[in-house]
Amino acid sequence: MTEFDAASAAVQAALDAGARYADARVMHRRYESMTARNGDVEELTQDESIGLGVRALVGASWGFHAVPDLSDAAARDAGRRATRTAMASARVPGPSVDLVPVEAVTASWASGCQIDPLGVPLSAKGDLLVDATRTMAEHGADLAEGLYQIWDTAKWFVSSEGHRIDQRIRECGGGISATSIGDGETQRRSWPSYRGQYGTTGWELVESLDLAAHAAQIAEESRALLTAPLCPAGETDLILGGEQLALQIHESVGHAIELDRILGWEAAFAGTSWLDLAQLGSLRYGSELMNITIDPTIPGALGSFGFDDEGSPAVKRDAVRDGRWVGVLAGRDSAAMASLDYGGSVRADGWARLPMVRMTNVGLEPGPHTLEEIIAATDDGVLMDLNRSWSIDDKRLNFQFGCEIGWEIKKGRRGRMLRNPTYTGIGPLFWRSMDMLSGETVSWGTPNCGKGQPGQIGHTGHPAAPARFRNVRVGVSA
Amino acid sequence: MTELDLAGQVVELVRRLGGPAAQAEAVVTRADLALTRFANSGIHQNVSESTVGVRLRVHVDGRTAAGGGSVVTADGLSALVERTLTAARLCPPDPGWPGLAPPMPTPDAPPVDEATAHAEPDQRADRVGAFVAAAGGLSTAGYCRTAHRSSAFANSTGHSAYGRSVEAAMDGIARRDGADGVARRSADRLADLDGAELGAQAAAKAQAAADPVELPPGHYEVVFEPAAVADLLQNLSFYGFNGKRYAERQSFAEPGAAQFDRAVTLVDDPLGGSGLPFDAEGTGRRALTLVEAGTTRAVAHDRRTGVEAGVESTGHAVAGGATWGPMPRNLRLTGAAAGPASAVGRSTTGAAAGAVVDADTAALVAGVRRGLLVTDLWYTRVLDPKSLVVTGLTRNGVWLIEDGTVVRAVRDLRFTESYPRALGPGAVLGLGARAVRQPERVDGAWWAAPSLRLASWHFTGGASG
Repeated sequence: MTEFDAASAAVQAALDAGARYADARVMHRRYESMTARNGDVEELTQDESIGLGVRALVGASWGFHAVPDLSDAAARDAGRRATRTAMASARVPGPSVDLVPVEAVTASWASGCQIDPLGVPLSAKGDLLVDATRTMAEHGADLAEGLYQIWDTAKWFVSSEGHRIDQRIRECGGGISATSIGDGETQRRSWPSYRGQYGTTGWELVESLDLAAHAAQIAEESRALLTAPLCPAGETDLILGGEQLALQIHESVGHAIELDRILGWEAAFAGTSWLDLAQLGSLRYGSELMNITIDPTIPGALGSFGFDDEGSPAVKRDAVRDGRWVGVLAGRDSAAMASLDYGGSVRADGWARLPMVRMTNVGLEPGPHTLEEIIAATDDGVLMDLNRSWSIDDKRLNFQFGCEIGWEIKKGRRGRMLRNPTYTGIGPLFWRSMDMLSGETVSWGTPNCGKGQPGQIGHTGHPAAPARFRNVRVGVSA
Repeated sequence: MTELDLAGQVVELVRRLGGPAAQAEAVVTRADLALTRFANSGIHQNVSESTVGVRLRVHVDGRTAAGGGSVVTADGLSALVERTLTAARLCPPDPGWPGLAPPMPTPDAPPVDEATAHAEPDQRADRVGAFVAAAGGLSTAGYCRTAHRSSAFANSTGHSAYGRSVEAAMDGIARRDGADGVARRSADRLADLDGAELGAQAAAKAQAAADPVELPPGHYEVVFEPAAVADLLQNLSFYGFNGKRYAERQSFAEPGAAQFDRAVTLVDDPLGGSGLPFDAEGTGRRALTLVEAGTTRAVAHDRRTGVEAGVESTGHAVAGGATWGPMPRNLRLTGAAAGPASAVGRSTTGAAAGAVVDADTAALVAGVRRGLLVTDLWYTRVLDPKSLVVTGLTRNGVWLIEDGTVVRAVRDLRFTESYPRALGPGAVLGLGARAVRQPERVDGAWWAAPSLRLASWHFTGGASG
């Protein structure tokens, strides 16, 4: 019995039990991660998981069931149980459910991969982390940590509308960090990012990070931060590095434009959104420099795929154009409810999870400047980079972010290193204050986006470049 | 084949394929998990899974690796063992390997409720329906979930253990004009969750949250309800009472030091509710007093951090936890010895009526000259792990208290505060008597706390757009 056969059996059983629509995904995922600390490998884990999840629609109600067994009997039972669960949902019915049309296709898709990350010898991967963490420890880090993660996922999708799609997505990435512990506080520096950089790509990504080459510098910076002056408190011009801006996009734009949140489906848990669908197309989200796209077609970015987990093809769309809000992340049912004509942003983090609206690659188109030009044009401000903490309210308006490192900017020059830099604001006011934007774009991968109940971990990508924001409150402390 | 049979089979495979010197531990868990989710007062997601998972850790020739999988056929188990052994042999030496747990008795765990273990989707839906109906027409959202795990442990020292656990939880909000009220509970039996009671409570709080005003940032006296206290317990556990962070000098914890107010006693009590009687290394789980009358007594350990600290494992190993460290996940803040004097929830007869939902909270509110009643904390993130300075926001209802009376609703506020400092000597002005168990995002973890009155909390700004 092939994976397609199992998925087809589950769909047919759901239809036979009374579903008006059903789809099923078989997913086979191999995962490997390694962490190292202070010159030793700390943990190596390899997981392999395969199973089937089937979704059934009865009337206006959904049901979902998942099993790790691909036998015909188990698949059919899963289809029946999904339908029975959907029928239970009807005891507390919501509004009617429609699905925006999508062409039923038979297709295959695979992400690009030059070096199979699971094919690289473990010893070589371990040496890479051991060498980098040993160097950091030798240069003063109290805790020198490194990690890589690899996901190799094959999916087979079948729907009662005739979809038959298989995909193989290989993702990997990694990074290092140095922590120095002082009297009553800790300071951390990372390369190239908090938790590392990730993409839908092969081991060539990790090699390109050149972890060992940056180990000494971040260790020394983590120690230097212990005695650096505190980031001053007040309002000032703020220049954000690209990695921090990627998280700013993720939290204050990406989640806010998720249609399930806008519709209230995440109200009790992840929260809603400050956005009102009545203002789609007219609302000023940010300055005219702000052009945000939803683009799962970017080669190698972490939020890329060929088809989403409802069978909708990857398509690039605008979310914010010239500062105006023009698009959302949607699934077939949420789009229909909002009278929109597109889905394409629904994914599940495994075979046992229900597909839900997820960011793909949500990123900021590049601007005309360089970081050095932005610094040179700033008379008085703070440059912050690499995220350290993140918090945003349930409507995705009020945020406070902490960064690993800051620098004073005076008269167009980078000055003293600053400790514990934080900044806070309100999303649309903040984005409207953006007045300079660099073209040095990197597609940052976020492998840890939490959403949904039961919890799901999403992989998202965020093209971003350094930018300047005027009159931002910085230096909030306890 | 039982979970214990499967775990034993995996260990035997390691012995056969890795040689008699290979050390192995295996955990096999079958899980039936279900969650019925509602929004806009209708069920919009309704999911269940019947899964089995195997976790294996091997130590061979001084090297360690771990693996896991969902395929429990003979071929699947062989593949898991072979790739984990191969991985271990390719790893660098592991000089800190603490060895396997020796044979030891497993503590008695509370009995599981079979009705909850085998709950049907209709039963969850009916509780959701009761919540929605009790909200009196307000828009509602939330979930009702049940979880049943059957888990076995075996290792190559001959130690084995078996246990089952169940959990039911419900968490919902009611909304009125954008103001939310919340009610949530974790229980050992689905029958103990009363959707109507929770829905009515959430609705009362939502009604009381209407027309909120902005307050300036600053230091305020606060009364935290159990949902808000749960966030304190979680962050203290993950960052402070974590044996790995303690060993790394990233924790505030100093065993033997009076770091908290004398009113604070914290006990991790994994078998205080239905829970598995052993951890990922097979060590029996038991109650662990972390703070006793304000004095820090212990941190949580697994075998590796225990060896580093020169103490026994406290039974807090988690799968794949070498990087994150052992953390308490069933923490109880012990309530006041005597019940509160007042059983009356005092509030004005106007917009704030219903903000106070129980006698414990009412008694604490009655003692506040000027402060805030806080229902819930949200999106809390650590700014510095050692001092445990955390930022986050209030959620699901905040009210101004004046002269012992809740006078009006307040808009959500952002705070930046050191949790140990806020609970430090002299900082706790009162505790409720009754600890209310709050669910975590995953089953098996919970936080039990009464309402709590603190002398000062640093609000750093408003959350309004």
